[in-house]
Amino acid sequence: MIKSVLVINTQGKPRLTKFYDILAVEKQQELLRSVFGVLCSRADNVSNFVEAESIFGPDSRLVYKHYATLYFVIVFDSSENELAMLDLIQVFVETLDKFFRNVSELDMVFNYSKLHNILDGIIFGGQVMETSSAEIIRAVEEISKLEAASNSISLVPKTVSGWRSR
Amino acid sequence: MEQLKTIGRELAMGSQGGFGQSKEFLDLVKSIGEARSKAEEDRIVLREIESLKRRIVEPGIPKRKMKEYIIRLVYVEMLGHDASFGYIHAVKMTHDDNLVLKRTGYLAVTLFLNEDHDLIILIVNTIQKDLKSDNYLIVCAALNAVCKLINEETIPAVLPQVVELLGHSKEAVRKKAIMALHRFYHKSPSSISHLLSNFRKKLCDSDPGVMGATLCPLFDLITNDANSYKDLVVSFVSILKQVAEHRLPKAYDYHQLPAPFIQIRLLKILALLGSGDKQASEHMYTVVGDIFRKCDSSSNIGNAVLYECICCVSSIHPNPKLLEAAADVIARFLKSDSHNLKYMGIDALGRLIKLSPEIAEQHQLAVIDCLEDPDDTLKRKTFELLNHWFIQTMNKVFEHAGDLVNIKVAHNLMRLIAEGFGEDDDTADSQLRSSAVESYLHIIGEPKLPSVFLQVICWVLGEYGTADGKFSASYITGKLCDVAESYSSDETVKGYAVTALMKIYAFEIAAGRKLDILPECQSLIEELSASHSTDLQQRAYELQAVIGLDVRAIGSIMPSDASCEDIEVDKSLSFLNGYVEKSLEKGAQPYIPENERFGMVNISNFRNQDQLEVTSHGLRFEAYELPKPSVQSRTPPISVASSTELVPVPEPSYYRETPQTAPVPSSSDTGPSGLKLRLDGVQKKWGRPTYSSSSASTSNSSSLKVVNGVTQVDGVSSGNSKTHETSYDSRRPQVAKASSHASERFHTSKSTTIYSADNAVEKPNLVQPPPDLLDLGEPIVATSAPSVDPFRQLEGLLDSTQDPGTFGGTKAPDFMALYAETPAGGRSAGVALPLSLNRDGDNLIPGLSNASSNTVHGGTTVTNPSQISKGPNVKEALEKDALVRQMGVTPSGQNPNLFKDLFG
Repeated sequence: MIKSVLVINTQGKPRLTKFYDILAVEKQQELLRSVFGVLCSRADNVSNFVEAESIFGPDSRLVYKHYATLYFVIVFDSSENELAMLDLIQVFVETLDKFFRNVSELDMVFNYSKLHNILDGIIFGGQVMETSSAEIIRAVEEISKLEAASNSISLVPKTVSGWRSR
Repeated sequence: MEQLKTIGRELAMGSQGGFGQSKEFLDLVKSIGEARSKAEEDRIVLREIESLKRRIVEPGIPKRKMKEYIIRLVYVEMLGHDASFGYIHAVKMTHDDNLVLKRTGYLAVTLFLNEDHDLIILIVNTIQKDLKSDNYLIVCAALNAVCKLINEETIPAVLPQVVELLGHSKEAVRKKAIMALHRFYHKSPSSISHLLSNFRKKLCDSDPGVMGATLCPLFDLITNDANSYKDLVVSFVSILKQVAEHRLPKAYDYHQLPAPFIQIRLLKILALLGSGDKQASEHMYTVVGDIFRKCDSSSNIGNAVLYECICCVSSIHPNPKLLEAAADVIARFLKSDSHNLKYMGIDALGRLIKLSPEIAEQHQLAVIDCLEDPDDTLKRKTFELLNHWFIQTMNKVFEHAGDLVNIKVAHNLMRLIAEGFGEDDDTADSQLRSSAVESYLHIIGEPKLPSVFLQVICWVLGEYGTADGKFSASYITGKLCDVAESYSSDETVKGYAVTALMKIYAFEIAAGRKLDILPECQSLIEELSASHSTDLQQRAYELQAVIGLDVRAIGSIMPSDASCEDIEVDKSLSFLNGYVEKSLEKGAQPYIPENERFGMVNISNFRNQDQLEVTSHGLRFEAYELPKPSVQSRTPPISVASSTELVPVPEPSYYRETPQTAPVPSSSDTGPSGLKLRLDGVQKKWGRPTYSSSSASTSNSSSLKVVNGVTQVDGVSSGNSKTHETSYDSRRPQVAKASSHASERFHTSKSTTIYSADNAVEKPNLVQPPPDLLDLGEPIVATSAPSVDPFRQLEGLLDSTQDPGTFGGTKAPDFMALYAETPAGGRSAGVALPLSLNRDGDNLIPGLSNASSNTVHGGTTVTNPSQISKGPNVKEALEKDALVRQMGVTPSGQNPNLFKDLFG
């Protein structure tokens, strides 16, 4: 099972934190700090795996990937496969990139709820649910459409497709 | 900053409302991004919180604005600040009819709340309603909340709706319903035990995605109980075959690979089902072989599937062809430039060598390379593999060679585990310990393990069983109790097990955890505290005493992982000065240095042919022990502590428990020895308020270690006074603990008489620490004689290692006891325990007690092998006692002739 998905920028600021186990806010912050501490000390040309048991307790593994200004991190247990988790990060990033067109850190900050929609499309309750980015985007766009349709007060002035074509 | 480059663009977007967020939010993010310090960031966020607090309660906020506030709250909390004042607003938002607001509300509550939060009760109703909604997005949002927020008590409230959703027309909803049930299973397996058949049914769902989702709960179920799902082997194999053959819609491909995540999940399930099941495994060979052949090894995900195949192959009943294919893939992984693949290769290698050890050889060089890799993760993994190898090899040695294994090997192994490789790499050392613990826990249930091996196992489990937090104290202690129970005739092993229990409990107390003493441990302790073996008794009592201590006391007597700590010894026993002075004030006799003493006899340098020397502090050999005339003639002063002598042991068997090997028969004509024997048993009845020294001496001699003596002294010093201590360098596991024993013992000896205090003063002589001998707490017993360099003499004793734990002393020894203990020279570990058997006053002879009280002084160091035949001797003993009295021998004298008889 996947225990958590974290996106942290290179300054150590969290951009997305999702814990599938229940953890107190303080504990989450502590974990974030420990993870960042480990990640920023790693060289570029090493493996994407990090020993995680000292941070997350027994039976936990950590896989991360560094994109531009962001670290994407997945923490999981022995029922998952490290290489596959690495690809899951890839799925997430690819999807974000397709969705936001050249995703940047700011897209993630300003589209917090969409970010969560996308992540929830990939991982649900700590299990991998979908790995096709096309499928995920389709589902998220459908959500946006339905939200827009039901939205009498027009929360989102432009549809997703509208601003995507900017 | 890179992100600032784009900020202009984003700001422009924001001002147009392109992201649905206000300029305020953009400003917030921007200013946080520009914050120079954590303090500045905190100030900005706190200002934001204040403003949100104020505004969120204003009446008539437009819904769109409210949504933004909630998102800002989430953001603030992600940065680590308390947003709990807004939780209620998020909860309210889930009640909203508007889809966007409802979904935002659900998103916020799943991030804010946990399953035990008070506000959950306000959401359960909404969730129930929303699960029945016509809008599948609302249903999905509710299911999301179900996964995170429903706890054991509230499961029944939503369970019927969730089960109903398994038949929903939208596959996305069916998937999520399965996942929700899976979560329920995690939280409370019994809550859905009647619904497990649903998972089987959903395996046949028309949508492959739903089928894939079903594999997740099935994997967990099969992990817990593979046998109930053996019937599904064929189905799983056929699904895997179809997936691997590209029968799924193209949409399930990922990087041209058909549904790799489903393949991985299936391979994991097959690995579980085929483990130890030849028949089931045979179904799998073809499909796994196909995947090995077809799988694209150029992509990351393809290698993920290949790695999973290796795991599967090494778990199921072995098949030569598949093993070969797996070995090929491992070779490719290890040769790859990618650190990730090397890592997976090392891991896979560790799995495969269990089945085909020969492949290890081919990859030796690659593995060594990984050890030198700059990547810590990879290095670590490699160490893990090598440690595992090492432990496995040692296990094999023990299993095959059994009791033929020299005890020294065992002690060296313990030392290695305790000290590590001598490098500064703590992680590697702790890994070695972890893999030893894991491996031993695995092996511990096997029948008929050799005693030596069990000693190692118990020691390691006691020292490191709970060190890495992987195993609970109750689990480890349970295992230790099992060992003590299954090998109930092996007292050495039992001794190790009890001491290990004590360590585990001490560490638990030190860690501030509540002690959870299993009933079987409790009864074991009770049983042992009435054991015939005084050593076991001692250990049991010590354990009970340790359990009752508080954190601070435990921390000082049983420091965690201190088995390699150096022990400092106060050789001058200066900490006793105050006590001595006080005693003198009360009229005690002052201590007379040896050389001024009258009637002192030195027995020095008896050497044994086989080089085994037991140095004993020859101080007190009671004359009364000797029925022979020569004995009578001498009546040296009571406290005569002669200079310490080395008392040679006639033969190794001397200390051995086996009666027939005992060189000194218990029969009366062999007088002296027989007498002594009885003396040992007598102790408890002696006139002194505390324990008799002879018992102490026996107990010691039972433990027979230099270490023992040394550590005791140390214990005394550390426990009782803060006086200066000289340290000697030696790295032995256990010594610290030894000291704790000693100190405890010391404490218990409150009733020490002045006399004994005097004796204790002499102690320094005895306690010369032999640094080079002390490796690994090897239990060499030696007393140093002032005139003789004991250590040199002791070198021959190195073999006689002994469990650090074994040196249990008597429960309430007095100083004399301590004194007496140290002199005992000892042989091998195995010997130790049996000897202690003697102590349990079976052959206590009441009549002797007077005499024996004097004996205390003598500090009889000679443990008598013949004690084993304790039963029959009572009468004899009485006779001798009578004889001794008749002759008017003062027992406190020492008699060299005694030794001549014994050893000559």
